[in-house]
Amino acid sequence: MECYLGIDVGSVSTNFALIDKHGKMLKKLYLRTAGRPIEAIKSGLKILKEDLKDDIKIKGVGTTGSGRKLASVIVGADVVKNEITAHAVASISEIPTVQTILEIGGQDSKIIILRDGIVVDFAMNTVCAAGTGSFLDRQAQRLGIPIELFGEIAIRSKNPTRIAGRCAVFAESDMIHKQQLGYKVEDILKGLCQALVRNYLANVAKGKEIKPPVVFQGGVAANSGIKRAFEEELGMEIIVPEHFDVMGALGAALLAKKAMSQNKQKQTNFYGFEAAFKEHRAESFECNGCPNLCEIVQIYVDNKLMARWGDRCGRWSENVAV
Amino acid sequence: MKVTFPHMGNLYIPLRTFFENLGAEVVVPPLSSKRTLEIGCKYSPEFACLPLKVTLGNFIEALEMGADTIVMAGGVGPCRFGYYAEVQREILKDLGYDFDMIVLEPPQGHFWDLIKKFKYITNKKSFKEIYLAGKLAWKKIILLDRLEKMVNRIRAVELEKGKTDKAYKKALNLISNARDEQELAFARQQIAKEISSIKKAKERNLLKVGLVGEIYTLLEPFVNFNIEKQLGELGVLVERSIYISQWVRENLLPSFMKSKEPEVLAKLAEPYIPCFVGGHGRESVAQIVSYAKQGFDGVIHLLPLTCMPEIVAKSVLPMVSKIHSIPVMTFVLDEHSAETGLRTRLEAFVDLIRERKEEKEFGVLSGD
Repeated sequence: MECYLGIDVGSVSTNFALIDKHGKMLKKLYLRTAGRPIEAIKSGLKILKEDLKDDIKIKGVGTTGSGRKLASVIVGADVVKNEITAHAVASISEIPTVQTILEIGGQDSKIIILRDGIVVDFAMNTVCAAGTGSFLDRQAQRLGIPIELFGEIAIRSKNPTRIAGRCAVFAESDMIHKQQLGYKVEDILKGLCQALVRNYLANVAKGKEIKPPVVFQGGVAANSGIKRAFEEELGMEIIVPEHFDVMGALGAALLAKKAMSQNKQKQTNFYGFEAAFKEHRAESFECNGCPNLCEIVQIYVDNKLMARWGDRCGRWSENVAV
Repeated sequence: MKVTFPHMGNLYIPLRTFFENLGAEVVVPPLSSKRTLEIGCKYSPEFACLPLKVTLGNFIEALEMGADTIVMAGGVGPCRFGYYAEVQREILKDLGYDFDMIVLEPPQGHFWDLIKKFKYITNKKSFKEIYLAGKLAWKKIILLDRLEKMVNRIRAVELEKGKTDKAYKKALNLISNARDEQELAFARQQIAKEISSIKKAKERNLLKVGLVGEIYTLLEPFVNFNIEKQLGELGVLVERSIYISQWVRENLLPSFMKSKEPEVLAKLAEPYIPCFVGGHGRESVAQIVSYAKQGFDGVIHLLPLTCMPEIVAKSVLPMVSKIHSIPVMTFVLDEHSAETGLRTRLEAFVDLIRERKEEKEFGVLSGD
């Protein structure tokens, strides 16, 4: 069977999506990046290889996320795309009439505005990471609640308390203050959900015209408390797509499919699942060529230098073929 | 006397020519780098904007190299920049440096004051000598602006990656080293030859993006992550709204020599910002309208964090963008060095305007 693979290397999770030639999801993986993107990519490849039957043939690979360049060096990608475009592509494939995408991931949040299937505007969070997955994770941990139950508990609240959502530090001190006053955990959690939604709308969406259908995706879309808070604040139905947690990877796979079908002669750059068993090493050093002191990263595959980046002037990145 | 000045893009080339031709010894600070930023930030007030911090770093690096006279621009109006020279003078004095600082205020009716300051710097050279040195520097400015415009057009369509930037670097050296008008004319020919030898792709649907915003962040590639080059590499033709020649015309020439062009342009911003708000706030808005009218596909708006004039401009951008149907993206620049975030947004923006353009053309073809 002919398949396309999408890999989204994010700050918190590394996701894989394998689709068939009709764009149907065959297999998805959601792995923690845990600060080691190379290992995450390799273990993803290993899991896919073990799970899949031998008649699978990868015809194209796309990478996205903040680690898209790194992923491309390791697996051999045909398309390397930014996560905003990848998310939009995936969303359109699931809900073709989508006009607004709310995306909240581990470290960043974005809003994408579409009209007639075309991205017309977008924004990413700039001020701080309050309201992203990592912050919710941390608060759940502090309250001793498994993150999976966060939303469920929040939804039970009838009397949400008001929490400042402008900044993660203020939000946390507000929460501690409220908890010491004796508020119920569910009311604090619901209050936090509302604060995060307010913060998102004020700092990321910033007055952009939010029209339905609204799709909510990214890891945080698993949190029913946040979804509910969005619905209450916007007064519209919020759709969480089936593959909400791997939309970036799905988009990358779809983009790879499109690129390869446009160019039929082209062979995929994919190194094969064997890439997972090669030895990858990343090294970095500080260049002393000028006072910029750029940090140069070098990626070795089986002790062979495959890629370099990080320099402003191109002295190193332009000379990879040693 | 060893004269130095802050960096702002290629401004150091004509400035060096000007002062050297008047017999002053010039210390050009090292090009702005991470070190410049680090020492600049260390000694600057935290809430000041990036231009103060980086130029303070320039001064310290130049003083370390033996400079003893700093020439800095002043300013009037709501932008804080007009006060920066004074703040920097105090900071440098506190640090124990021994130096003179000459602040060139825009000559609003005080043109002779400017000449007097030049006379002081240049050890009482005559008006004629100042004029002649100024003429060569001015010619270099014009040539530099033309070069930058050409490079921003060609980079998007170069067939051999990096060719344009190599030619650009070479051209900068040629202009910098020209000692008189004859040598400069020769340099111009050399550059034209070099640039025209770059092999270009035939791109019919080239994307065009305008750059607007605060002058320093627009002109200094170190603080804007060389955004012109990055856009060029993404296959986008870039046009900047401010070039040094315009700035000199508007700020250093006496009013009777000024062109009327800026006033005409400012009219375009009138429905949104009817008065002067400092810096280039009003001009940024006017330029966006102008780019929309010229059929550009998008505009990128740059400002340093806490820049008041541009924040005023930013507040009306959603309206401007909607009415004139042109996508605008704002980048706020500060000390942080996360280039990845900027790159991701740039790529997404280019995808956005490309799709929009294709859709438009498709609409035209199918008669929608």
